[in-house]
Amino acid sequence: MNASMTGSDAAAAGERSRAASPTAAPRRNLRAAGAVVFWLALVTLPLWLTHVGGYTALGTKILVYGIAALALNLLLGFTGGLSFGHAAWFGLGAYGAGMTLKYLAPSTPLAIVVGTVVGGVAATVLGPLVMRRRGIYFAMITIAIGQLFYFIAVRWNNVTGGEDGLAGFERAPIHIGPWVYDVQHETKYYYLVLVCFAIAVVIMKLLLASPLGHTWVAIRENRRRLQFLGVRIDLYIWAAFAISGTLTALAGTLNAMLFNFTSPQDLHWILSGNFVIMIVLGGMRKFWGPLIGVAIFVVAQDYLSSVTDNWMTAIGLLFVLIVLLFPKGLLGMLGRRGKEAA
Amino acid sequence: MQLLLFNAFNGLIQGVFYALMALGLALILSLNSVINMAHGGFLVIGAYLAYTLAPYLGFWGALVAGPLGAAVIGLIVERFLVRPLYKRPDPLYTLLLTFGLALIIEDMTRTIWGAQGLPFQIPDILNSSVSSVLFFITGYRVLVVGITLLVVLGLWLMLRYTRLGIRIRAGTLDLETVSSLGVNIYLLRALNFALGCMLAGLAGVLAAGILGLTPPMGSSLIMPSFVAIIVGGVGSLVGAVFGGLIIGVAAGITTTYFPAASDAVIYLIMLVVLVLRPRGLLGQEGLFE
Repeated sequence: MNASMTGSDAAAAGERSRAASPTAAPRRNLRAAGAVVFWLALVTLPLWLTHVGGYTALGTKILVYGIAALALNLLLGFTGGLSFGHAAWFGLGAYGAGMTLKYLAPSTPLAIVVGTVVGGVAATVLGPLVMRRRGIYFAMITIAIGQLFYFIAVRWNNVTGGEDGLAGFERAPIHIGPWVYDVQHETKYYYLVLVCFAIAVVIMKLLLASPLGHTWVAIRENRRRLQFLGVRIDLYIWAAFAISGTLTALAGTLNAMLFNFTSPQDLHWILSGNFVIMIVLGGMRKFWGPLIGVAIFVVAQDYLSSVTDNWMTAIGLLFVLIVLLFPKGLLGMLGRRGKEAA
Repeated sequence: MQLLLFNAFNGLIQGVFYALMALGLALILSLNSVINMAHGGFLVIGAYLAYTLAPYLGFWGALVAGPLGAAVIGLIVERFLVRPLYKRPDPLYTLLLTFGLALIIEDMTRTIWGAQGLPFQIPDILNSSVSSVLFFITGYRVLVVGITLLVVLGLWLMLRYTRLGIRIRAGTLDLETVSSLGVNIYLLRALNFALGCMLAGLAGVLAAGILGLTPPMGSSLIMPSFVAIIVGGVGSLVGAVFGGLIIGVAAGITTTYFPAASDAVIYLIMLVVLVLRPRGLLGQEGLFE
């Protein structure tokens, strides 16, 4: 397992060793071309998605969940911290944004900032409780911490709307000087989300290329060795937890404004589990793996819930099959095959 | 005062369910290294099997048959789904697998028995109050506490004195050594998994008599059981039982003064314990650190 992890890791150590290899130039061109196609596809998505049977809000949802899954993967795939409670930060972001719009001011940027800060601060404050834990214990504590906010949202009826969820707010048009960007329009909101997605991706890419990101990968690969070297790994895990939680909260704010609604389900551990399976489905050792997992999962969920009442069973079967048959995820499998061919 | 006693006693009963669940979870956690997210599912299976079999076997028969049914299904799940994953040391995969199972079991329960709550008939003798002042102490509730005490005691004796129990305890400390001494650890882990599921099934049957049966009853009981383990200390079975009782009673007492916080309070207790004593009340130092 270890050998394949280090070998297939694209983000951290791979970049440099690849530049030195003789096939570097064509590879780099291929990657650049791939990136151009990828971003072009996202920019033009509202034009073609409806023609292949989708709808714009579905694309927006994929990007929103994509931010959350990529952010969670900083912790899960790159640092090796099994967080099973990321719905907490997602939901806090959602409630933060919703309550800002409802009670504070009808300003979309303010809602995004407040929600992100609320979720980010909560993750930062609670991070020290888990940063020294490993494996099973880490997972259990994150699951349980997540549920705290779920129950607060359910019980604090008069503010959060309780079980029924928080409604009665709307994303507001953005005023930039004399211009008005009316995000109430679905396609315009998609582009706002795309901008947030791009910013989040740039932040994450920069972090992973920095010494901080390299340390995260090193913690995943050999925690004990880093400890022997005198690295305060708990602080690095805390940083991963806080950053990952903050970006997940950002996704939560965008999700609340996508539907102009948020409910305790956005805080529930089932959503946390869904995030993790999306990541595993796409491939947790690759930067873009989670996004592929999200796209497949969201489309599958959308489709299944329209054709069968037993979509929960179908999703559950998907979990079981992925774990038993595709533990490396789709990108992980493709990567391995490519290496064997070369 | 009576209201406080009433709520505290209700909390104690809840705590008994948490403790039974947490005990099974902790057994599976320490020997099988599996965070069994489907544990609530096994609780539901036990409860609904007992409900279905009660007309044929009577209440007492169902009380035995429900947990046994959960154990048998646990054995099958362990053999065909969990066992192939032991060779992957990352707990992520068993966590996701059992998570998927939890979704399937809840959904299938809803399809087979319906989404509405069902009542679980208990014998009339058990329904009457034991005392006229403390009206809330019914025979059934005394029975629940009594059965749980017996089961916990029996489990303790088994783990302490029988060959199987000693092997289970040894396996939680060092599975490789136990294996090299000639013990069939696959069988050992299978039996342990089934034992854990049986405890969940028992919690299900007992809970059905008080709370009735609903498909999501498992997922609502599983989270407090996690908290019970964290509060009691990961790796300690006694801790799991105490953790369950403590959070149950604490939630009950909170209901008296501040009903809205009764769910959140158990998570607050967990946070306080994690801050003051990170390994839990009875947890071992250095485990999973």
